[in-house]
Parts: sequence; C-alpha cells; structure tokens
Amino acid sequence: MIAAQAVASGPVIPNFGGGSKCVVENHAFCWGWVNAHWGDTLQPALVQHVELTGIAVGIGFAIAFSTALVAYRRRWLSGPIEGFSALLYTIPSLALFQILVPFTGITTTTVEVALVAYTLVMLFPNIVAGLNAVPAEALDVARAMGFTRRQTLLRVELPLALPAIVAGLRVAVVSTVSLATIAAFLLPKGLGYPIFLALKEPSPFRTEIYSAGALAVALALTADLLLVATRRVLAPWARRSAA
Amino acid sequence: MTSAAVNLHTFLDAFRFIGSNWSLLLDKAAQQLELAGAALGLAMVIVLPIGVVLGHLRRGSTLAIGASIAGRALPVLVLIAAFLTVLGIGFVNNMIALAVLASGPILTNSYEGVARVEESVVDAARASGMTGAGMLRRVELPLALPLLAAGVRVAAVTVIATAPIAAIAGGGGLGDIIVNQASYGFDGVLGASLCAMALSVLAFALLKTLERAITPPGLRRLAVFEKGNRPRELVPIAAIGAEIEEET
Repeated sequence: MIAAQAVASGPVIPNFGGGSKCVVENHAFCWGWVNAHWGDTLQPALVQHVELTGIAVGIGFAIAFSTALVAYRRRWLSGPIEGFSALLYTIPSLALFQILVPFTGITTTTVEVALVAYTLVMLFPNIVAGLNAVPAEALDVARAMGFTRRQTLLRVELPLALPAIVAGLRVAVVSTVSLATIAAFLLPKGLGYPIFLALKEPSPFRTEIYSAGALAVALALTADLLLVATRRVLAPWARRSAA
Repeated sequence: MTSAAVNLHTFLDAFRFIGSNWSLLLDKAAQQLELAGAALGLAMVIVLPIGVVLGHLRRGSTLAIGASIAGRALPVLVLIAAFLTVLGIGFVNNMIALAVLASGPILTNSYEGVARVEESVVDAARASGMTGAGMLRRVELPLALPLLAAGVRVAAVTVIATAPIAAIAGGGGLGDIIVNQASYGFDGVLGASLCAMALSVLAFALLKTLERAITPPGLRRLAVFEKGNRPRELVPIAAIGAEIEEET
C-alpha cells in the first residue's frame, strides 16, 4: 500500500540505503547494495514476479488447452481463435493494462488478465498443431486396439503432442516473465518495479537496474531449462527436438 | 449496474479527450512510429544480411535459434534501462533497445526462410550452373520471402507495440501520455492507450496486407500447399513466431 502511494505521488525517495561511496557515486555495480537490499527489495520482487508469471501461464494454459481440445474436434474453429489471439497480442501491454483499469481497477487482476491474454497466442496454436500432428497410423492402431475416444486422447494423442505443447509453454513462460516487468507501470510488483524506481532517480541507479534485470533474465532462462528437463522426463523419445 | 455505468462514462471521457486533443495524439503517434521505424530499420540493416547469409551457408542454426530465445527472454524494460545507463536518456538509447528486440524474429526468420529451401531445389539450381550468389538472389531469396516478410512484420508490430514503454526513458510517443496521469488525467491515459491499441492493430493489418501483396502469386499457392504437407510433429521453438503468423 505504501509502495502504491509512492507510484502515485511521483517522486520516490532514493533506495540507496547505507549510502556507501559506491552507491552515492553510482558506480557500475555495487555488491554491497545488492547484499543490503536482497531481503527488502530484490527477493520480494523476484517472488512476486514468479507469482505473476505462474498464475498467468497457469490460467492461460487451462484456457488454451480446453479451447484447443474443442478446436481439435471442430477444425474450423482454430482459424478464428488463432486470429483473435494474434489480434490480442498486438495490443501494447502498457495500453492494455490501462484499458482494463475501468473494469478491474489498479489491481493484480488487471495485470493477470492482460498477461493471460498474451499467453494464448503462444499456447493455443502449439497445442492444436501438436494434436494435429499425431500420425494417422497411431490413431488407427488405437482404434484397432479398442480404445475409446477418451482413451485415445489420454494415451495416444496427448503424449504424442507433448513435445509441441511444451515448446509452446516455453515460449509462453519466457515471454510472460518478460512482459510481467511492465506490470510495474501499474503496480509496485515484480522485478520491473525496482527498475522503474531506479529510472525515476535523477541519475538512474545502475546497480538496481542491472541486478533486477539480471534476475528477470535468469528467471526466464531457469524456467525454460526446467521445462526442457520436464519434457525430457515425460517424453524421452522426443530428444531430437532439443531446439 | 453502477460499475457498468462508470465504465461507460470512463470510456466516453476518454473518447472526449481523443476528440479534443486530436493533433497532440497525432503528433505523439508520429513520434512513436518514427522511433519504431528507426529501430526496425537499424535491425534490418544489421541483422537481415546475417540471417540470409547464414541460412545460405546452412550454418549457425544455434545462433538463429538462440536469437529468438534471447529476444524473448530480454525484457524490453531491462533493455531500455540498461542502455540508458550507458547511452543516457533519449532517442538513440531507445532506438537501440528496440532494435535489439526486433532482431530476434528478423534473424530467426531470415535464417529459417533461406535454410528451409528444399535441398532438391538447391541441387537443381546448382545443376543449372548457378553460383552461390546467383542462387541466393534468384532461387533462395524468392522462396524465403514469405517467412522473411513474416519475420519483419512480427518485428515491426512488436516494436510499434513496445515503443510506448520507451516514454520512461524520454522516448516520447503515445507512452508519454500513458505514463503521465498527473498531467493528462485518467481520461488522457485511457484515450492514449486506446490510440496506441488502434495504432498497433492498424499496423498489424496494414503489414499483413502488404506482405500478401509482395508475395509472388506462385508462392502463395505454394504456401497453401505446404500447409497440409509440412511435417508438423515437432514445432521448433525458433519457428513458432512464424508458425503463428503464417496460419492466422
């Protein structure tokens, strides 16, 4: 709440803490500042960032997955849905946050709605493409073995589509981590916020920009690696698609 | 009920702001397009030839794929802030930050476009006596055009949609109004946001049409043909941007 007021009132009290020589003179990087402010600035921002991303990708995946299952059965639907999500994706994030404010206020919900909308364009086409790529022979075999439609979906189609689904998730997670930094323009949340504050200083505070920026990139890459590892465990046959 | 009424009024006020600040908004939109155009131009001049040549040599796929991952993993706010600490506030800093952003899809798609030209076509061109450069100019580039154009369009739309954020580093544009509620009020913020949205959607539609127009008719058919026959069991992450764009 206090931080929210800080956004509204404009000028921000410098986050310089101890005011060591390095910090006061704004050297390239001050490890001392990072050590001193890990607990009160960087770590909470990182945790918030993980939350923002996790919730957005989770809800986005649920929506994309269920609509993809419908579009897989009724093929004519996938074109319009892809077009709609591509259109959503072209809306600037900074603008979309503000356009949602009259509906959901200056809240985390506003940020999440926008982030969820952006994940759809990366998740939906990949899930549909993955399902469509299941070889007809595999479906024939499933039918010959007496699988019901449901069994075919769960035991044949989804496992074979898994690599493509994970590929979509990777792009969605990495992009959402990146987009979530823009949430700082609306809310004092996420890794974008320390950067936002540092930019408001008369002389932008470099250590804060570099440390929060590095954390955002590291978070994106870590999440990406985790998804690759998950795919290797769940779909070991797809190692060829290491790209 | 009440909240619906509030919403309607908020948007009516925003439209009123647009109506009475038409020239200011046009100015800002032009500023934004200027920044986006400069960034896109810079990225194309530097990155497009690299992608095309690497694709022609069928080398450096790691770089092309890495560029698409890096392009997504580097948040634009981080890029703008980081370049600002080196280059200071202003046009150059924002242009370079946005150019880095644009480089990802351009590099990936120019590489993939050329490298994906079928082996048999390349062999036939070589058999008819074409040299490397002639083959690139007369066979590989025309065939790569759809993917190449898609990459440039994705980059252009991304840059136009991202440019408002540059306002925080003196980039001007519609973002100037969006991040300055203190001066323009929420009417202005919302009005400028709606304008930024319209600008992006317009650019998307325009570039899509342009792209269709510059694709040779023969290739348009080919693209349709390819759609059904393309091996799709694995969607390489590098091609996803193109995948999405090709099929909408």
